[in-house]
Amino acid sequence: TSHEVFVQLAPIVLFPLVRHSRVRAYESELRAARLEAVPLEPGDPHPLKSITVRRCPLQAVTTQGSTSSSSSSGSVAPDPLSSMLDGTDPLSMFAAASASESGRKRREKEEEVGPDFEPWSAKRGEILARFTTTEKLSIVSEKIHWLAPNSTVSEKVRNRLEELDDMEEGSQRELLNLSQQDYVNRIEELNQNLKEAWSSDQKVKALKIVIQCSKLLSDTSVIQFYPSKFVLITDILDTFGRLVYERIWSMCSDSRAMPESFTADDVNDTAKETCLNWFFKIASIRELIPRLYPWQLGCTCHIFIGIQETLPRLTAMIRGIGDPLVAVYARAYLCRVGMEVAPHLKESLKKNFFDLLASFRQIHSDSVQNQLVLQRVEIPVYLTLYSPAINWILQCVSYRAPETLLTEMMERCKKLANNALLLNSVMWAFRAEFVAARATDFIGMIKDCDEAGFPKHLLFGSLGRSLACADPPENERLSILNEAWKVITKVRSPQVTQIKFVDFTKREVNTVLADIIKHMTPDRAFEDAYPQLQSVIRKILNYFHDFSVLFSMERFLPFLDMFQKDSVRVDVCRSIMEVFIKHQQEPTRDPVILNALLHVCKTMHDSVNALTLEDEKRSLSLLINGFIRMVSFGRDFEQQLSFCVEARATFCNLEPVLVQLIHTVNQLAMETRRVMRGNHSRKTAAFVRACAAYSFITIPSLTSIFSRLNLYLLSGQVALANQCLSQADAFFKAAVSLLPEVPRSITVEGKLRSSEAFLLDFISNFLSTLLVVPDHPEQGVLYLVRGLLNMVQDYTWEENSDAKVRVYISALPLLAAMSQDTYLYAIPKVDSNETLYGGDPKFLAEVNKLCETLIGQVLDHLKALGRDEGAGVRKQGTLAFSLFGCLLAHGDLRNNKLSQLAVNLWNLSHKHGYCDTRNSVRTLEYIKHQSQQPDMAHLSEMALRLSLQSRA
Amino acid sequence: MSVGLDIRLKRANKVYHEGEVLAGVVVISSKEAVQHQGISLTMEGLVNLQLSSKSVGVFEAFYNSVKPIQLITSNIEVVKPGKVPGGKTEIPFEFPLHAKGNKVLYETYHGVFVNIQYTLRCDMKRSLLAKDLSKTCEFMVHCQPQKGRLQPSPVDFSITPETLQNIRERVSLPKFLIRGHLDATSCVITQPLTGELVVENSEVPIKSIELQLVRVETCGCAEGYARDATEIQNIQIAEGDVCHGLPIPIYMIFPRLFTCPTLETTNFKIEFEVNVVIVLQDDHLITENFPLKLCRV
Repeated sequence: TSHEVFVQLAPIVLFPLVRHSRVRAYESELRAARLEAVPLEPGDPHPLKSITVRRCPLQAVTTQGSTSSSSSSGSVAPDPLSSMLDGTDPLSMFAAASASESGRKRREKEEEVGPDFEPWSAKRGEILARFTTTEKLSIVSEKIHWLAPNSTVSEKVRNRLEELDDMEEGSQRELLNLSQQDYVNRIEELNQNLKEAWSSDQKVKALKIVIQCSKLLSDTSVIQFYPSKFVLITDILDTFGRLVYERIWSMCSDSRAMPESFTADDVNDTAKETCLNWFFKIASIRELIPRLYPWQLGCTCHIFIGIQETLPRLTAMIRGIGDPLVAVYARAYLCRVGMEVAPHLKESLKKNFFDLLASFRQIHSDSVQNQLVLQRVEIPVYLTLYSPAINWILQCVSYRAPETLLTEMMERCKKLANNALLLNSVMWAFRAEFVAARATDFIGMIKDCDEAGFPKHLLFGSLGRSLACADPPENERLSILNEAWKVITKVRSPQVTQIKFVDFTKREVNTVLADIIKHMTPDRAFEDAYPQLQSVIRKILNYFHDFSVLFSMERFLPFLDMFQKDSVRVDVCRSIMEVFIKHQQEPTRDPVILNALLHVCKTMHDSVNALTLEDEKRSLSLLINGFIRMVSFGRDFEQQLSFCVEARATFCNLEPVLVQLIHTVNQLAMETRRVMRGNHSRKTAAFVRACAAYSFITIPSLTSIFSRLNLYLLSGQVALANQCLSQADAFFKAAVSLLPEVPRSITVEGKLRSSEAFLLDFISNFLSTLLVVPDHPEQGVLYLVRGLLNMVQDYTWEENSDAKVRVYISALPLLAAMSQDTYLYAIPKVDSNETLYGGDPKFLAEVNKLCETLIGQVLDHLKALGRDEGAGVRKQGTLAFSLFGCLLAHGDLRNNKLSQLAVNLWNLSHKHGYCDTRNSVRTLEYIKHQSQQPDMAHLSEMALRLSLQSRA
Repeated sequence: MSVGLDIRLKRANKVYHEGEVLAGVVVISSKEAVQHQGISLTMEGLVNLQLSSKSVGVFEAFYNSVKPIQLITSNIEVVKPGKVPGGKTEIPFEFPLHAKGNKVLYETYHGVFVNIQYTLRCDMKRSLLAKDLSKTCEFMVHCQPQKGRLQPSPVDFSITPETLQNIRERVSLPKFLIRGHLDATSCVITQPLTGELVVENSEVPIKSIELQLVRVETCGCAEGYARDATEIQNIQIAEGDVCHGLPIPIYMIFPRLFTCPTLETTNFKIEFEVNVVIVLQDDHLITENFPLKLCRV
């Protein structure tokens, strides 16, 4: 039984030994442990070499048969990383799967439409959010005039028509007084109906729903809602288009696989016939708009039968729509379909736009005016309804369009008496560079616009937006600003501030800011304009990355002061800091920047209160830390330290900032050491002591016990490196005395975790530092180690935990290392115990005694574990094995007693068969290998006594 | 025990020309073997004429339907009486399309008073206990392309209050000027009717502009003849008060089945016309009529 083993063990342990630990020759061991270095011939193939491209003359290829892949010119062996990426990256595979539903369409699109084309889907949400109404809406389902039914139509047609009639009876009704939400729901319902009808093979019913929906688009009764209505209904149309496309596609691929890029010739007859059927059906719809939309939709299917003329024809057909709003949205839809189906057919897009211009005066026609009066809609509001559609059309037309086309379009727009609405859209949709280059022209045009229809500040806003993306010519900048500002000063609307500062110098921005302040301060107007003011700040920040310039503007800080609402203020500060961290490349000591940013950071810091979320605190701390890291006074270390002192006072509520400050100060000390090349003068010695003092008094204010422990250790190490022995001692002592306070569980990322693993980590780290810490002359031998071990002993470990014993086992290597003549590592200019004691036998005896005590403790624990069958026995085996490993590595096994102990431990660990056999085998091999080394012959003898226990 | 009987033509669009061979399969599908008294196929092409109640009295119209004209007829026995095995059986067949005597195969046309229709019927006779099965399938005949060059004969038009006929009070008529042209009045049936229309000015806003396709069917019979114009389809090309001065396209696709090349025979005539209909906001209705000649090339 295990009990007997311990009876045997006991006397051995107590036997006094001169030196338990074997003598180590660290250097030779290190040398032996290194991998063999093989000299490399220049011609040898190297596994890493194939990644680099080598250009060799082509003739050389033939001479090197086997290594040609690495040396042939131009052929690059696959880089393992890139080859992994271009294959089947699981993420892109998902994306590809979802894209493949209309693979062909997409593929074609990609050729012409790059990712820089803002898709419709991006606009959708914006339109829906922007155009809302509280008016009551209605949905009218009217009878649809199909081909006139005849008395002797064929059976099939008759059936279809009957089907239609049935449908109509059910749905021919008028839904009045719908709220907007009801309306949206109703349309969604129609969408569902459509899908259902389609899947239940009622294709005609589906088409009928589509026609009904399209018909809704000709109704402009609640005109403010029209853009949103358009979006909702085109969603349905899209659904239908997809369904038809898929159906015809599946008909094509029924018989044989379709080639990836097919033409009308590849399509089989059945599919063509079906397509034509749809086509004829749609072409015979009586009313214009219900015919137009499905027809446009049909474009997607026209690839099956050829499409060339369809788009231009549809473009022309839209001319027949009298209502300008309905027409412009129909055009937008056509452009959208056009971009999707055949982006190379630019001509029709262009024609679309010119048609739009030609019919532009319709907007001011009597019928429109009457309608507006009837609906009590103001002209400016009405005009904004056009923006999404015109913007979209212009975007499509101008997408990758040559300069000449843009110029032509501009000219045409100009001819229309500088219509403000159009101008606005042009500025939105055209390339920013284009607009920027003609900024003066635009300003002129804006000035010429009549104020009645479209507010001018919106125009300036759009212009500013374009100028934000591209710079206008240098020499025009000032005049642009002046011109713009003249108008802006007249309008006391907060929106004016949308104007962009990108291109202006400091002085001008300063003036602008001053102006804004002047505008905003009366009546506290700024309170209503926070978003706009914020965007001003953002734009300034986009341009001014040089913070010394930024903060030297005398109006900037007063401008910041306008943000008086706390949340907004913090947001602004935050964005300033973000830009600072992103763009500040070099550490700075500029007092202007420091003062201003300190102020900004303080604002952020002061926003922290008891209710602030952890995340919020964390992100604020990150920003402030970024700032602190960027502060450097160069060689003026004392000023840096005083900055840290100031910062500590300012940011006392944010723990991560304090941690950062301690790190900064530690770094400062190390920097001082580097500058002095390790030889501190009296002055620098005093300075590093001051640094240590800073850390020492800052650490206790932290709440997180582990950051405290780690910082004590780190600062102790720094102090030690700087030869501040008493400070280091103080740090270590503080760490040791803090240990009992470590709670048994801590919160990590919101979860309660056992702190044991952290604690073990820390103690191991601590122990390895203690090797070089010299004993205090007034304290006993190894008093820090003892102190630490005492704390470990007294600490209330978790129940049934081996942690304490593990610490003991890990302390053994330390003690072994301490009893060497030359230590594994040392700190320059600090005498470790090796020098202090010089291998004094008394010291060694102390160490040995300590080892014995530790081993005794471990053995006691092992014994205790043995009493508990099951889990205890398993733990016993593992612990025994690790102690065995420790003895094997560090113990002097020539000592018979010790080797007997080792053998006993081996047996104990194998007794219950819980040990890992592979591990044992490897250990045994290691022992045999070691026994080949000089002075290690005794190991072979021991190896014979270690038997691998087969699991019985 | 259900037996499925179906006719499948080889051509997906079911369009054939005179002289061609109408080919396909009769499909019989059944779980078990089917006992039958013979399966036969009948192909028939008929012109049905009907007198409108307008030209003759209602009763007369009802009783006096003109006798149908048979253009083609053919009957073959596909399978002799016996048994068709269970499963799906496909029996191929072919009919040469040749008109009876000196008749011509007119193009398929579905009208009101004239109908030209070609059908293929498959009959399966069965014993007394089981019902006979029958399946009919229509196929289209397109007449041979017309020889000779087609003159498109475009037409320009201009509509003002002065050009109108048939008005009650010329005084109350608002002023307007609508100009336009049709690219052709002799149209190829497979090509759309195209043209342009410009509203130059109009005192009263326009409500709608439509194209009305009209068939004019004439049936000759003993008592003389009846000529009736009925609408085939109405296509709106402009809705609302359209932009003045901007040409609006005239575009109409001729519907299949309901149109055919203009046809003139001894017994009946099929002609087409298009009306450009302009509806003003005050519900004035202005119509301009253009006879069309349709042909196939």
